[in-house]
Amino acid sequence: MANSFTRMISGRNTAVILASVGAGSLTSGFLLCDSTADAAERRKLYPPSADFPDLRKHNNCMAAALTPTIYGHLRDKTTSNEWTVDQCIQTGVDNPGHPFIKTVGMVAGDEESYELFAELFDPVIKDRHNGYDPRTMKHPTDLDASKITSGMFDERYVLSSRVRTGRSIRGLSLPPACSRSERREVERVCVTALSGLKGDLAGRYYSLGDMSDREQQHLIDEHLLFDKPVSPLLTASGMARDWPDARGIWHNNEKNFLLWINEEDHTRIISMEKGGNMKRVFERFCRGLKQVEHLIQERGWEFMWNDRLGYILTCPSNLGTGLRAGVHVRLPMLSRDPRFKKILENLRLQKRGTGGVDTAATGDTVDISNHDRLGKSEVELFRK
Amino acid sequence: MPFGNTHNNFKLNYKVEDEFPDLSKHNNHMAKVLTKELYGKIRDRQTPSGYTLDDVIQTGVDNPGHPFIMTVGCVAGDEESYEVFKDLLDPIISDRHGGYKPTDKHVTDLNFENLKGGDDLDPAYVLSSRVRTGRSIKGFTLPPHNSRGERRGIEKLSVEALTSLDGEFKGKYYPLKSMTDAEQDQLINDHFLFDKPVSPLLTCAGMARDWPDGRGIMHNDNKTFLVWVNEEDHLRVISMQQGGNMREVFKRFCVGLQKIEEIFKKHGHGFMWNEHLGYVLTCPSNLGTGLRGGVHVKLPKLSVHAKFDEVLSRLRLQKRGTGGVDTASVGGVFDISNADRLGSSEVAQVQLVVDGVKLMVEMEKKLEKGEAIDSMIPAQK
Repeated sequence: MANSFTRMISGRNTAVILASVGAGSLTSGFLLCDSTADAAERRKLYPPSADFPDLRKHNNCMAAALTPTIYGHLRDKTTSNEWTVDQCIQTGVDNPGHPFIKTVGMVAGDEESYELFAELFDPVIKDRHNGYDPRTMKHPTDLDASKITSGMFDERYVLSSRVRTGRSIRGLSLPPACSRSERREVERVCVTALSGLKGDLAGRYYSLGDMSDREQQHLIDEHLLFDKPVSPLLTASGMARDWPDARGIWHNNEKNFLLWINEEDHTRIISMEKGGNMKRVFERFCRGLKQVEHLIQERGWEFMWNDRLGYILTCPSNLGTGLRAGVHVRLPMLSRDPRFKKILENLRLQKRGTGGVDTAATGDTVDISNHDRLGKSEVELFRK
Repeated sequence: MPFGNTHNNFKLNYKVEDEFPDLSKHNNHMAKVLTKELYGKIRDRQTPSGYTLDDVIQTGVDNPGHPFIMTVGCVAGDEESYEVFKDLLDPIISDRHGGYKPTDKHVTDLNFENLKGGDDLDPAYVLSSRVRTGRSIKGFTLPPHNSRGERRGIEKLSVEALTSLDGEFKGKYYPLKSMTDAEQDQLINDHFLFDKPVSPLLTCAGMARDWPDGRGIMHNDNKTFLVWVNEEDHLRVISMQQGGNMREVFKRFCVGLQKIEEIFKKHGHGFMWNEHLGYVLTCPSNLGTGLRGGVHVKLPKLSVHAKFDEVLSRLRLQKRGTGGVDTASVGGVFDISNADRLGSSEVAQVQLVVDGVKLMVEMEKKLEKGEAIDSMIPAQK
């Protein structure tokens, strides 16, 4: 009976049939040597068109940019860490849309992803970063805090101020892709370097796996710690694998300068304090960042950075500065005003709930931060 | 991940100690068996489709323990996984399936006439009866590993086979991605449809990728016979109805399954089966018959009795909440089903359910009258 069934089985590799009828470990042993031939066979049986995801109900940057042609060019490529475009886009395929924000829908598995899969990353970056074209434009980095002259806010409204960014360690795969040993290496590199911080930046490291439940809850309540990832945006990309292995938090004694290790990025660096003294927060941020960079360079490591994309992070939305500077501010009247959204847009700011990216506002307090990451330096974004 | 996993070769550059997962706080079958030495011995292997040891164990690494059940902590990515990783999977299978040895043979018996009784469970207590199993289609990799192209191929084959059924099995296929939200909610409320997977046991194994692409449900016009396509296994075949007539449910189950198998075989794609492991499925806990036959039964008094768990254990039965594997009981109603899958036949397992539930309903009635049930406690089956 010549139909789809017969066509499919005729394409089968003989060795696979042998294994299927239980020919045993000897055959399997033989097959192990032949796995690249088998992979090539399977690629022929399933051309890119068979694998192209169904994105008709999707609304994220990846779905807007990915065409069958682009997918056809990229599907069979792998980075030198063996990362594929399917793995980059899995989170966007699994999460069609988000009620509060237009999500990016893809992640990088390593620094090379941004190059090898540029045909897809570039339009996504352009879409997300207001027309920024990595092929032609350059990103400026400026962490000179002395350039900021204002930044003191009314504490009756501004409850807390915070600046965060991320940094990746060059040479190691990013959280969606990293193996356990790479992740542990990231932890080792960071913890060793951080032990060299002094003065008001001196502190200690808390490994997530060794923390007591009580310590952990205390750190979460003080807004110092990251939660076990539950957002499907993160879990679908594979960055939560092996939790809590090699994850942890380092903070200084005053608890106003922190690093998260191996959450969504290799490191997230945060400077924060209660009240409205954003200028001081930014000063400490820049100073701390530069010292950390210096300390890892002493040991032969460096951050992933290039002049087209700025600092390289897991999510394309965080390229450039990776900087989110913001405040928790009480705006009971303004936040209910119908023009609020437009005002934020014009000021190039965004709002979030007080629990972070996937949450809604509690009471009258909103989290207001810069919208842009790429194309403008840290100092420029901060002034906004 | 499909098309070969040379990422594994890259990981081999790192020492075993650096790659070995931290299982010190874990309590699942995989964690009990996997030592650093064993990990070092088999971590360089992969199946022909590129499934590796790390793929097998990822769900067990990510889910250290479960409050209600002792989880397996590993999955197969294809039929060959059970061969290539037998050093890990054989001890797990033995642990999970009552000491089943690598040399043991499994008997398949889908002849419903061999079941004794089962048509007289009291409907005042037994609210519904259900038998399910899974089937994997030869020539495709399993849900944790398959690509979108393969999954769609499985769906296409399944739809062709299932929509050719007739008689009481005649029905329609509903692909998940073109179902309306209203249709979907209705099917979930009728206990017909599978939920979007939220259990981390499933999502961490990668079987929820690309949801709802390639997934769907076929059911007959009476809604008593259903097939789920591409959930945790290629196919889940279910026979169910209100009330306590397990005999009828099992008959429909056996007849329907055999019809489906005939059609698939005719098209050159039999089911994955061998004489050692029986039917080959994604989770090692479902090897053998892959059969879970059970009832939703009201046991408010018996379920809080001190000896309830022991009774279940002796009857070779297990309890679950009425929402499925990851849920708790609601209102004293329990899902009671066979605990065994491998080493005994379909008929034998359903017989245990039928006999065991009958006994427990008698016990419940006694407790209602304020009488003791100690004399009724069964011997170990």
